[in-house]
Amino acid sequence: MERQTLAQLSAALHDGSVSSREATEASLARIAQFNPLLNAFITVTGDRALAAADAADRLLAEGKAGPLTGIPLAHKDIFCTREVLTTCGSKMLSNFVSPYDAAVVEDLAAAGLVMVGKTNMDEFAMGSSNETSFYGPVANPWDLERSPGGSSGGSAAAVAAGLVPAATGTDTGGSIRQPAALVGITGFKPTYGRVSRYGMIAFASSLDQAGTLTLTAEDAALLMQAMAGFDARDSTCADRPVPDYAAYLDASVAGKRIGIPKEFFDEGLDPASAEHVRTAISVLEGLGAMVEEVSLPHIGASVPTYYIVAPAECSSNLSRFDGVRFGYRHKDADSLESLYKKSRKEGFGAEVKRRIMTGTYVLSAGYYDAYYLQAQKTRQLIAADFAQCFETVDIIAGPTTPTPAFRLGEKVDDPVQMYLNDIYTIGVNLAGLPGISVPCGFVAGLPVGLQMIGPTFGESTVLNFAHQYQLQTDWHLQTPDLARD
Amino acid sequence: MALSKRDVEYIAHLARLEVSDDEIADYVDKLSSIIDLVAQLGEVDTVGVLPMAHPLDMSQRLRPDEVTEEDQRGRFQANSAAVADGFYRVPKVIE
Repeated sequence: MERQTLAQLSAALHDGSVSSREATEASLARIAQFNPLLNAFITVTGDRALAAADAADRLLAEGKAGPLTGIPLAHKDIFCTREVLTTCGSKMLSNFVSPYDAAVVEDLAAAGLVMVGKTNMDEFAMGSSNETSFYGPVANPWDLERSPGGSSGGSAAAVAAGLVPAATGTDTGGSIRQPAALVGITGFKPTYGRVSRYGMIAFASSLDQAGTLTLTAEDAALLMQAMAGFDARDSTCADRPVPDYAAYLDASVAGKRIGIPKEFFDEGLDPASAEHVRTAISVLEGLGAMVEEVSLPHIGASVPTYYIVAPAECSSNLSRFDGVRFGYRHKDADSLESLYKKSRKEGFGAEVKRRIMTGTYVLSAGYYDAYYLQAQKTRQLIAADFAQCFETVDIIAGPTTPTPAFRLGEKVDDPVQMYLNDIYTIGVNLAGLPGISVPCGFVAGLPVGLQMIGPTFGESTVLNFAHQYQLQTDWHLQTPDLARD
Repeated sequence: MALSKRDVEYIAHLARLEVSDDEIADYVDKLSSIIDLVAQLGEVDTVGVLPMAHPLDMSQRLRPDEVTEEDQRGRFQANSAAVADGFYRVPKVIE
């Protein structure tokens, strides 16, 4: 079975050539076939999915279906799902059955999508390789010995291998765009505040944003239409109208300006990947877009800035996991303090504990000004660099990652090397901007991603550029051998 | 900047994390290399720059102080390992 886009499945469901039950059964069958190789799913919700599919088929028969009704979808296991295990990839939540649905889960269910399961991820979304998951690493469908990236690695691998046509993800420092690049699919991170964080387990609250992993930018636009919008339950959710994303996909990019940050093409970038990214930009130039060099002079500081801000927020957010109200609890503690300390020692993995301790250190007495305050000031400079670029350009383009997919185990023992993998993506989170990664070529059989970044609430522009690029190229249609049967 | 074993023990205590003796050398090593990475920020000139806490230029929304949630204590407590009579149980705090 060939992989199908949301747009193709929507048409097939509406013309009656396939039912939601058939599409859902096909997805469940592929999960059963390939998940033993990929480890992309933590939980599969087969019975519940088939019941939802039957309900969707009734709506389709009655003519009451929306564009996404009946399409199977997977949620990253960071989104709370009512009466379903929600682990966040952690032993700490390996027994947690959520009492409520995340806003994203509610919105996509209301749009008629059928949840088939919950995808694997780096523990609490802290990782760039999926290797920090309590449930084990996910394999890259292009090479099972390589990482699919992270933290939304399960969602990315599941879409690339055709287990589901789309999946949700979250992006705090690149966790949608980087895995999308490494598995050759489209990963879209909206502007901070565009999608509600309600029910999305918090890692770094000023950076976390939900988004999509799909085969095409058109599919990202379709999902975004259902996910974006104001939600009073998220105190930083933006209260502003949601444009019609699909309507803007076909706009011409002729005469629009693309900024190429010279800092993105430094010596850290794999030369073969750089070549593909430059070729991709020339495709957009061929459509009449104008290219100019821009500068993000403080972008080099984005990795250290992020690895202060994110751990600081994580150390605060993860203080709620204390073994008392939910989650893993040490059995034989003899005092309240030892209950906290032992539950957290045993419930969290090594990378999460490193980040909690880094965050605790940079916020601690005597170090706050030197680290946390300095990082917040540098964050302002990084955001201002982007804002200045967007005074003259419509979009910024460059690579998503320094190299194609690395081997599982290659960087797991060296946190700093792992962190440097995020160099092109995390500035976007610090500035709160929308960004996308789309496939733009292969190096030694491994996909390469083109990243495009838009101004605040410039989702339509980003999706438009990505769609216009995908109309000219077929990199996003390349399917791993595993998924061709 | 290299952290000492005592630094790591103190940070772990603040974070309410138990660290066993056989783990401590690895934490000293890896946390020191992370602090070395982030300490590069000291070189950035931020004189006169306002700290940025948040990417959106927005103020905190307020809402009327009204009850909007129903009582779901039983459902929420189903996720706890130790409850009794509607309370959460912890080891004895007061002698």
